[in-house]
Amino acid sequence: MENNDIIRPENLVYKRPALLSENHMHYCPGCSHGVVHKLVAEVIEEMGLAESAIGVAPVGCAVFAYNYIDIDWMEAAHGRATAMATAAKRLQPDKLVFTYQGDGDFSAIGTCESIHSCNRGENIAIIFINNAIYGMTGGQMAPTTLLGQKTATCPYGRRADLNGYPLAITPLLAQLDGTCYVTRQSVHKPANVRKAKAAIKKAFQNSLDGKGTSVVEIVATCNTGWKLTPEKANLWMEENMFAKYPLGDLKDVDAKK
Amino acid sequence: MKDQVTLMKGNEALAMAMIRYGADGYFGYPITPQSEVLEKLEEEMPWDTTGMVVLQAESEVSAINMVYAGACCGKAVCTSTSSPGFSLMQEGMSYMSASEVPALVINVMRGGPGLGTIHPSQADYFQACKGGGHGDYHPIVLAPSSVQEMADFVGLAWDLAFKYRCVSMILVDGLIGQMMEKVVLPEQKPRRTEDQIREQCPWAINGRKGMRPKNIITSLELDDDKMEANNERFQATYREIEKNEVRCELVNTDDCDYLMVAFGSMARIGMKTMELAAEEGIKIGLVRPITLWPFPTKEIAEAAKGKKGVFVPELSCGQMIEDVKLAVECKLPVEFYGRTGGNVPSPEELLDALKNKLINK
Amino acid sequence: MKAEIVIAGFGGQGVLSMGKILAYSGLMEDKEVSWLPSYGPEQRGGTANVTVILNDERISSPILNSYDMVVVLNQQSLDKFESKVKPGGILIYDNYGIHMPPTRKDIKVYSIAATEASIEMKNSKTFNMIVLGAMLKANPMVTIESVLKGLKKTLPERHWHLLPLNEEALKKGATLIND
Repeated sequence: MENNDIIRPENLVYKRPALLSENHMHYCPGCSHGVVHKLVAEVIEEMGLAESAIGVAPVGCAVFAYNYIDIDWMEAAHGRATAMATAAKRLQPDKLVFTYQGDGDFSAIGTCESIHSCNRGENIAIIFINNAIYGMTGGQMAPTTLLGQKTATCPYGRRADLNGYPLAITPLLAQLDGTCYVTRQSVHKPANVRKAKAAIKKAFQNSLDGKGTSVVEIVATCNTGWKLTPEKANLWMEENMFAKYPLGDLKDVDAKK
Repeated sequence: MKDQVTLMKGNEALAMAMIRYGADGYFGYPITPQSEVLEKLEEEMPWDTTGMVVLQAESEVSAINMVYAGACCGKAVCTSTSSPGFSLMQEGMSYMSASEVPALVINVMRGGPGLGTIHPSQADYFQACKGGGHGDYHPIVLAPSSVQEMADFVGLAWDLAFKYRCVSMILVDGLIGQMMEKVVLPEQKPRRTEDQIREQCPWAINGRKGMRPKNIITSLELDDDKMEANNERFQATYREIEKNEVRCELVNTDDCDYLMVAFGSMARIGMKTMELAAEEGIKIGLVRPITLWPFPTKEIAEAAKGKKGVFVPELSCGQMIEDVKLAVECKLPVEFYGRTGGNVPSPEELLDALKNKLINK
Repeated sequence: MKAEIVIAGFGGQGVLSMGKILAYSGLMEDKEVSWLPSYGPEQRGGTANVTVILNDERISSPILNSYDMVVVLNQQSLDKFESKVKPGGILIYDNYGIHMPPTRKDIKVYSIAATEASIEMKNSKTFNMIVLGAMLKANPMVTIESVLKGLKKTLPERHWHLLPLNEEALKKGATLIND
């Protein structure tokens, strides 16, 4: 097969999702955000929600998510994304409203809003990227930073007596009556990417169906912050992160039936 | 249907006026002395009639960010709080101003600083008018002095917010919030349809219907020159507001020797002081700023011409007086009398203070 | 017509609602009215007071330092407000539990046995309508018809059967004022 045959439209097997813009992403090579962005764009397109999707962007690495996914976006103050999503959804119940937040935004400064939005059972979807570090500001400690993990603000490794324990927030949210679907996924291998996509789709569908709050935690890498190559970061995640943050569904109200 | 005169608290009038305006949403957190706003809304159940959303948030921080989102969606949304809660909302005030979205924020002031007292105060004047959050911004600040104005200013504040894409405030003290007076509520307006919002607010976050170009509302701009241009645009709007929207009430300012400048409940008390003074042959005129920002600078300068002195009573340690002094450029004596801690002076007390500071000095 | 009134007593004695009924009665007669409560925890146990102003013209200050009529329902309120009656004004007090009666000579003082009267009516809830009846006898600023009209407007229909009892209490209150 010649090159010219390969690029013929009838031979197309994979393309950039229509809703993923051509802006160059500011994410570091190896970062998980790019993959998750692509999944969100794909799912919105496949579900036919391009005209009714509203994203709420966080403060953190994903602050510019609005530059990459071509839907309507509002940019929240640090930690307040779920409060904004609450109002956006209640005021426009026919829209798909989701937040896209990192571990600092969602489980440190925004913990109060996160818990109460989930507890009220707001019909929103939350995509929560947990890479156990503050990437945007230069690799400081996150609530989810593992014990012993080195960051700019725990340079000798996180110590429970000094810094407290890593916060696993999704199991907490799974206990709340307002959540309908709480799951933990990753995007470091093709099989995981497929599962993560299915999870995002399910979360969005739940929101449209008014079932309550869905939380999709993506256990992610930050190879820059972790000071590892992308490949080693994936291995480090499998060995260390998955022990504290094991993958799988924590809650699915449909599965019980 | 034209409404009959009815009797209600200032806080209740705020709630009823929101529903009548065709408000889309209210998000708030209870705090004395303004909790009647949320209580009245919950009692009225407007979600069954007009479709208005009413939500008790988990905090003032959350409430103001819900308002921020609603404003981004082009909806008529508001919150109300009292001083400590308003402090928590400053972040949101700054973000909404930077995002150029229209919203209504009501502060029924109580005495501070700190947890302070639940009784009336006007000590959040600086915080409201000068921008209590970070960066250069101003909300439009309306200061009602009666229950009727509480009802009337809700609609006015929203109209101005949508006209200029800015935050409008109603700044009032607990006394006006808690007192009952006669009021005629505005007529019920329908809530705007989604099509109307799309037409009126083409920038709103309501989905790319017809695959229109995407809308993004953000206060973030990392390019220095672009951020400076943003600031220049905000300031241009503020100059426009200053040009068009100054409002004040002048009472007896032509025929008086002394000028009083007071807002809200202090203007009401001051009116009685004027009556008492007239009985003693002392002629006092009153300028009552209705917009605290933009401030009626020219109007005060004009009214002060040829007077023997200016008297500024406030429920604070002296905040608005700075703007009064700037207005008259210190060309005549400007004297202050204030009470704090939730204490409210009587009309006689104000008259004594005026006499001591300006007449028998 | 202008009447500047303060009613003061224990929280829970119905001070605020008594003021409210008076304000509504003024509304029924197309008067300008203002009702300003002391608010906060004192409503629920300590002393509470309410300022009510009825006027044919626009009301300036809703807060006052001297009053045409002062109505006090306990000793603390009497101690606090006796000096605030305008010369020639009216002071009404419920004599129950008062051990230091008022001493001013330049005002009209009425001691009323409202608590006793409510016991006679076998219904402690009639207390504040009895006091209001006395107030209106001492200064007929609104008619009893307006009071009943205002009550009907503010009470939910399920309570309308109590209107005759309220009317009776108002009339009973009027008999307690003896010049």
